[in-house]
Amino acid sequence: MRITCPFCGERELGEFTYLGDAKPQRPAADAGEDAVYDYVYLRDNIAGVMDENWYHGGGCRSWLKVTRNTLTHEISSVEPAAGAGARQVAK
Amino acid sequence: MSSSQSHRLAAGGLIDRTAPLTFRFDGKSLSGFKGDTLASALVANGVKLVGRSFKYHRPRGILTAGSEEPNALVELRSGARREPNTRATTTELYDGLEAASQNRWPSLAFDVMSVNQLFAPIFVAGFYYKTFMWPAKFWEAVYEPAIRRAAGLGRAANIADPDHYDKAWAHCDVVIAGSGPAGLAAALAAGRSGARVILCEEDFAPGGRLLADGGTIEGLPAAEWLSRTLAELGAMPDVRIMTRTTLFGVYDGGTYGAIERVNDHVPSPPEHEVRQRLWRIVAKRCVVAAGSIERPIVFAGNDTPGVMMASAMRTYVKRYAATPAKRVALFTNNEDGWRTVEAALAAGLQIAAVIDARPDVSPAHRSLASKNGFTVLHGAVSGVDGGKDGVRKISVSLTGGARAEVEADGLAVSGGWNPTVGLTSYHRGRPKWRDDIAAFVPDGAPPGMVAAGAANGAFGLGACLREGFEAGAAAARDAGRGRGVGSLPVADDEAFALTPLWHVSGKGKAFVDQQHDVTASDVELAQREGFQSVEHLKRYTTLGMATDQGKTSNVAGLAIMAAVTGKSIPETGTTIYRPPYVPVAIGAFAGHHRDETFHATRLTPSHHWAAEQGAVFVDTGLWKRAQWYPRAGEKDWLESVTREVKAVRGGVGFCDVSTLGKIDVHGPDAGAFLDRVYINTFSNLAVGKARYGLMLREDGIVYDDGTTSRLAEDHYFLTTTTAKAGPVMQHLEFCRQVLFPKLDVQLTSVSDQWAQFSIAGPKTRDLLKELVDPAEDLSNEGFPFMGAREVRLRGGIKARLFRISFSGEMAFEISVPARHGEAMARNLMIAGKPFGVTPYGTEALGVMRIEKGHIAGPELSGTTTAADLGLGKMMSTKKDFIGRVMAGREALVAADRQVVVGIKPTDKTRRLRSGAHIIPKGEIPGPDNDQGYVTSVCFSPTLEQWIGLALVERGRERIGEIVHAHDPIRGEDYDVELCNPVFYDPDGGRQRG
Ligand SMILES: [Zn+2]
Repeated sequence: MRITCPFCGERELGEFTYLGDAKPQRPAADAGEDAVYDYVYLRDNIAGVMDENWYHGGGCRSWLKVTRNTLTHEISSVEPAAGAGARQVAK
Repeated sequence: MSSSQSHRLAAGGLIDRTAPLTFRFDGKSLSGFKGDTLASALVANGVKLVGRSFKYHRPRGILTAGSEEPNALVELRSGARREPNTRATTTELYDGLEAASQNRWPSLAFDVMSVNQLFAPIFVAGFYYKTFMWPAKFWEAVYEPAIRRAAGLGRAANIADPDHYDKAWAHCDVVIAGSGPAGLAAALAAGRSGARVILCEEDFAPGGRLLADGGTIEGLPAAEWLSRTLAELGAMPDVRIMTRTTLFGVYDGGTYGAIERVNDHVPSPPEHEVRQRLWRIVAKRCVVAAGSIERPIVFAGNDTPGVMMASAMRTYVKRYAATPAKRVALFTNNEDGWRTVEAALAAGLQIAAVIDARPDVSPAHRSLASKNGFTVLHGAVSGVDGGKDGVRKISVSLTGGARAEVEADGLAVSGGWNPTVGLTSYHRGRPKWRDDIAAFVPDGAPPGMVAAGAANGAFGLGACLREGFEAGAAAARDAGRGRGVGSLPVADDEAFALTPLWHVSGKGKAFVDQQHDVTASDVELAQREGFQSVEHLKRYTTLGMATDQGKTSNVAGLAIMAAVTGKSIPETGTTIYRPPYVPVAIGAFAGHHRDETFHATRLTPSHHWAAEQGAVFVDTGLWKRAQWYPRAGEKDWLESVTREVKAVRGGVGFCDVSTLGKIDVHGPDAGAFLDRVYINTFSNLAVGKARYGLMLREDGIVYDDGTTSRLAEDHYFLTTTTAKAGPVMQHLEFCRQVLFPKLDVQLTSVSDQWAQFSIAGPKTRDLLKELVDPAEDLSNEGFPFMGAREVRLRGGIKARLFRISFSGEMAFEISVPARHGEAMARNLMIAGKPFGVTPYGTEALGVMRIEKGHIAGPELSGTTTAADLGLGKMMSTKKDFIGRVMAGREALVAADRQVVVGIKPTDKTRRLRSGAHIIPKGEIPGPDNDQGYVTSVCFSPTLEQWIGLALVERGRERIGEIVHAHDPIRGEDYDVELCNPVFYDPDGGRQRG
């Protein structure tokens, strides 16, 4: 498998680390224990297309949101995380 | 020399008769020629019996001439290079080759275990499952040892492989599997288009079936066309033909696995050369021209030595000029099998009879029979009379019910051809059935791949060339190469006409899978016992699960299953195909990643200096760290470590701590960012100050700890533990980029940029003054405890200086650019000489941290909370941070959690060991009253006794209690006292002084 890093280009799988489902969003500080529990422990395990967090540790150290079909390993999109690279996020 | 080759034709074949080779089989010296395989050389020497079968120890001969061989497996070479289950049919002969037959005792001809045949009823389908059902005691004591002795294949070498293996990447436009007519035509078209082409051929000679079957292409004899084509391809700079290379797998994104047997055809690799090389080939397109495999027909005695695939027999006769038999019978259900008759007659062999299962035989074949005086029998072979010396007589059931017998010493069998559908099916593809050839053909393929020629069910020579050429041209075009392809090589197509026949009933064992000894009746039994799915059939009978992965047996097994269930073959379906196509040695996957090159080695900046000092090194992750520095006359490590600890506590010492992870945190939001990742607050840390920090995982468990300093308003310098340097960087980047993208902060790993030394002991300041620019104020007021700032060294080098202490002594840590690390160590020695400076290693470091009650790796075990470690009060209640909410869960704040406490043996002379369980005094040790365990121990030179840290239930409330340490691994039991974990200078006066 190869992933096309938006900063580095097409690179081999060995340069990347997988974290998993990119969908869960970290709850606000006051969201309560149940919301944090869901965020920490509940993950979808989709047989099909899902968004995943991947880290290009062997390259530019960017976190990437990779849209991948878990059945075919086909990657349909790779986007840098909101704070990756030199992106400036409006406060 | 060739006098021993009793079965070698006087002329012909693609062997080099000017290059005779000597080899040994089961100790007997034999000869062959360059260009032989081990199998062809055995055939030329009249050897029929080459091994004993897996379960029944039946005598077996050579069935095929290719990588599909189920029977002719040998142990190749000897000693450390002994390689079991090597197919004689693909082993290139070399001078001095040594091979031994497998699975026989005491000898191949007289095998005691062949009595297994008498116990055959217990070895039926599902034997393993049924046996496991019997009482476990019987299994362990009786069956397993007996079965292990009786069943099996070759023996692996039990010493390390002395050879090297390599891994390499290659990139191209088109990769082609197979160099038969289809593969060569594909290479021609793609190469002429200007594509970068890699053509993989598992044989040592390109040509595929052309080498044995010949034919006429473009009006030229096949051999001539082949040499012209290889010359044309050889002149193309972007076409690479890799022989002895099998394309074995297809992976994501057009990545292909191939194994190149670089030096399997010589006794041992020349110096500095590898034995095999594992290729990962990235190709835009792939043409599978891997051909097809002739399939057997299942009948009683079909495993008798001398029964051989018809195509294999003509390969031996025509390519190798070796005759497997003098008087040959052919059993066929298709036209192609008759080519063996033609080849045998041309070589001067006798034809005993042709048994043709089809209703009609062509007039041309009838006249061939009458001209050469052999009969054509309509029917099927129902039994073979013979044994370890080969075939003697063949029983035939004639169409209409009569019986006949044929005397012959060899039986060629052709049941038709199965396209090689492995590569095209490796992405869970299922091949589709084609009635006209009674075979599965690829039904689609992984992206970018296409099958051509016999691999696609096109068996004729003309069709192979055409499909290959078109596939090669299309692949090149798709890869963006558009030069002219020239003209297609033209040839005629042979007739194939086949009437399916899979299994002939008869008396005696009829083998479907010869390598795993699975018979037709095993398949039928499995069906009767309810195993109707092919996946179940496979696992219950083990059909197709041997080293040959059922290349000659799978389809026949399906056909028999279909017959007994009354379903069609396509309804029955195939099992899932998985790589590798041929066995690949684990050594090839490992490549150079073994022994000292198993992983990269990281050396600290002062490594070479430490090695000069005679340091003993310890592996810590990838790092080599100085563990202690032995001196002449010291009798063991404990004596050296004790000296180092006393030297620090009494004077001054230093230790390379460069392995710590180091991260520069820059930006206006650096403090806010650290507040979110640490449980304590860093935004309020004053510039010029350091603070100890603790990080949790989001689930509330402690992740890592370290000291972070504020060097400027917008610049912090963070350290991690050695073990977590990489993971913490990744975690912090996740926090920054994904969780808190709006914070204006940047992280830079500077672990490799700074050499860092801990300098500790009451004389630290005296030593530092020798090194630091005199303008720098190092006094207690000018540089107080937990101070941190940049300083200039004598000579002008900039350094970072931190007044932090892991040892509990007055101490500093100093960072200098890594290139100055070794000089720093040398200068510390020179400048420290008047103060008796002593380098110390990780052991002394560990002793001092235990004396001080500091936590480290054994306590940061991935199960402990901040409160467990006695650091609960550090958790800020005024801010959110990673792990805050989950750390508040009921079980993580329970009163009876195991917490860090100190331990001392009640017997002051006793040695402590980590891992011992803590049990209440007076109770019998067991899981019910296990209250924790010892995490860290050391001999404390300061207290002159062994001390330790332990995780103990409610430990902090039980200081002073005597408990029991139970160590069942080492068989030790003793009492310890729970105590304050800070054994040394509990007020901390020394580090502040
Ligand atoms: Zn990148």
